[in-house]
Amino acid sequence: MAHRYDQTGIRIGMWLFLYTEIILFGGLFVLYAAYFHQYPSAFADGGRELSRGIGALNTIILLVSSCTVAASITAIRHQAKRLCLLLLAVSFSCGGFFLLNKYFEWGYKFAHGIYPNSPVLTGGPAGRNIFFGLYYVITGLHGLHVLIGMTLLALSFVLVYKNKITGQRFALLENSGLYWHLVDLIWIFVFPLFYLIL
Amino acid sequence: MAPIPSFYETPSPPGRTGIKAWLLTHDHKRLGLMYFWAVLFWFAVAITIGFLIRIELMTPGRTIMSAAVYNSAFTLHGVIMIFLFVIPAMPAIFGNFLLPIQLGTDDVFFPRLNLLSWYLYILGGLLAIVSLFTAGGFPDTGWTFYVPFSVGTKHNVPLTVTAAFVLGMSSMLTGLNFITTVHRKRSPAMGWMQIPLFTWSLYATAWVQLLATPVISITLLLVIVERLLHIGLFDPDKGGDPILYQHLFWMYSHPAVYVMILPGMGIISEIIPTFSRKAIFGYRAIVASSMGIAIAGSLVWAHHMYTSGMSDTAVFVFSLLTFLVAIPSAVKVFSWVSTLYKASIEMTPPLLYALIFIYLFSVGGLTGLVLGAAGTNIHVHDTHFVVAHFHFTMFGGAGFAFFAGLHYWWPKMFGVLYDFRRAYIAATLATVGFLFHYIPMFVLGLMGMPRRYYDYLPQFSRGNGLAAVGGILLFSGIVLMLVNLLLSLRKKTAAPVPANPWGGCTLEWTVPSPPPQQNFLQEPRIKDYPYDFSDVPPPSPGT
Amino acid sequence: MDSAEPHPIIPYQTLILVLAALLVLTGVTIGVSYLDLGVFNVPITLAIASAKASLVLLYFMHLKYEGIAIKASFIGTICFLAIMISFTFWDIAFRH
Repeated sequence: MAHRYDQTGIRIGMWLFLYTEIILFGGLFVLYAAYFHQYPSAFADGGRELSRGIGALNTIILLVSSCTVAASITAIRHQAKRLCLLLLAVSFSCGGFFLLNKYFEWGYKFAHGIYPNSPVLTGGPAGRNIFFGLYYVITGLHGLHVLIGMTLLALSFVLVYKNKITGQRFALLENSGLYWHLVDLIWIFVFPLFYLIL
Repeated sequence: MAPIPSFYETPSPPGRTGIKAWLLTHDHKRLGLMYFWAVLFWFAVAITIGFLIRIELMTPGRTIMSAAVYNSAFTLHGVIMIFLFVIPAMPAIFGNFLLPIQLGTDDVFFPRLNLLSWYLYILGGLLAIVSLFTAGGFPDTGWTFYVPFSVGTKHNVPLTVTAAFVLGMSSMLTGLNFITTVHRKRSPAMGWMQIPLFTWSLYATAWVQLLATPVISITLLLVIVERLLHIGLFDPDKGGDPILYQHLFWMYSHPAVYVMILPGMGIISEIIPTFSRKAIFGYRAIVASSMGIAIAGSLVWAHHMYTSGMSDTAVFVFSLLTFLVAIPSAVKVFSWVSTLYKASIEMTPPLLYALIFIYLFSVGGLTGLVLGAAGTNIHVHDTHFVVAHFHFTMFGGAGFAFFAGLHYWWPKMFGVLYDFRRAYIAATLATVGFLFHYIPMFVLGLMGMPRRYYDYLPQFSRGNGLAAVGGILLFSGIVLMLVNLLLSLRKKTAAPVPANPWGGCTLEWTVPSPPPQQNFLQEPRIKDYPYDFSDVPPPSPGT
Repeated sequence: MDSAEPHPIIPYQTLILVLAALLVLTGVTIGVSYLDLGVFNVPITLAIASAKASLVLLYFMHLKYEGIAIKASFIGTICFLAIMISFTFWDIAFRH
């Protein structure tokens, strides 16, 4: 029923939704903070068991994809539709690569007996069990959000292609971009907290 | 002049007919009514279960149900009352119906999102119903789902917490919608300090709905994850800390009580000036205290946890902060009473409920100080003292404010008026019943009767018997109140209810009862001060 | 209150520069993780992560160009998150 196309209002609505996502992950960071305080050396040991290389690669992938998503908005506002589509495709693919890396990373850990409620974890030090428990829950929930973000990017791609998103009406693209950046933001904190703590 | 068609006759979006004109509506007023009927259903179910719990507790030992059923009964009562009644009712019913009109606009900012919120509410309710009959039956954990019991019990916890998760999404999206509407769709002439106090209360509530609800979402998600994967995040045998569950749970559930009470306080802030025919005392103070309650309410959650095993430092800090949060609430009570002083008071059912609210909520708030002080809390934690305290605040407070709102805005929403005499009798019966039902619980709690217990020692018999008498009166009063309201809908009075039967001065009283689909036929005139009664006609309710 | 004028278009050059800064900071944080700075490791790591997050927020998410409503409410959300974590420490940091 918004007779005027109030793009600022639509954007405010999206930011409000992002706040709920920040707090959603925030609850998990509460647990991380509490348990890191309780098991500092176990967390450091656990961090050393994770691959800094893959973590760094995933970080770079998401940072690049954030840049390309932001650039896709610049592109459509300059009426450069094909560039916009290309940038969106790159962003989407980055998401795919991220998830692929995660798949291999998790698979490697599973093969070594490190998975939720595994005998290796429950039979070992308590702090290590909690570290990897949090690792799976947080990166799992994050991965789900990567999937949702990729879906939004794909939707935006289709709508740009069909000229439903234009240089004048791009709220949906902008909001999909904001969601994608949030996914990047969460990983910016997850990466050092799990991979770089020693 | 031909009568203007009301929103009942004009579907939005146009062209739809029959049931689709309601189930696919974008009209905030229709959505408000759809919420009303759904909420009324859940309220009826929950008070009936409450009544059955009271019958069970009327005598020691088994009265009408087994201990296992009793555990599920109080869980069900709590879950329905909190997630399906008290949290949604005032924002979803009155907020949806009135917020756009009070702001001088034609709808909320995201009408389709609003429709989605309603469907999420219905879905959450359906999931709760399904969980009654599946895999182990309804949870017996209490509405607080504390670990380790919620992770270990065979009852169907996952489905119920999923229902609560979905209801939380409904609440968050409503909050999002209201915030955006207040920022972007106000009438251009209406500045922040001209927004009516009910809308202000909804704005403060919306921020709490938006920011606090995700905490319960992740907490409930973790319960499901723990049940499925047994990671041990709250299991001491696996390195977890069960107290952290309580922290996360109350980080939402304490702010949630302010979601419950703030809109109610907003309703009282509308009713008192109208029936005093006098501007509210301390408009700015009430605005500031609403936002203050929302903020301060997020600092005190661990006052539910003094006996949990958390550190003494935390006990001290949270107790101190809890006393601070009483201050903004007291500001409001002071403002309401000051408004009544030397006012031209007109007694009506909404005003009677509002006055009862002030009394019952004040008692509830004062007993909250007994609970907030760590020393006395040790004695009464998990006793019936707590049960009495939160019923005074959530039922005597939020509940009675809801009833006040119903009686205040009934003519606006339905275009009819109820019988005043029956309304007064119902209110009196309910209040007398309320006092006899809950005051004994304060005494029982101080004597040491635990809450959530199926059976009790002989010395608690008299108190429970007295509470049962009160419960019967309370239940009868509520039923009479609802019957009276619903009977008014069958009246086909020749004279339609006027636009402003009460002499109110906020914008909803400048449009017909019920309003047309687009709310305003011309751009509304915004007063410099929202409670300026100088050009408001005197009340003419017509009964 | 109407939005005839959307916020400015962010040039490609700015976006590339921000990405470069983010990649540099990522390198820094990985490098720092090889050093043993004792109790300073965690605060420094979080500070670098916050710097990266700020760049993403201000430029990619154009928070720099938004109005007071979004800026203030974002700060408020972070404050609530800070309270969630820090107030829990009243408990866990002082257990026996």
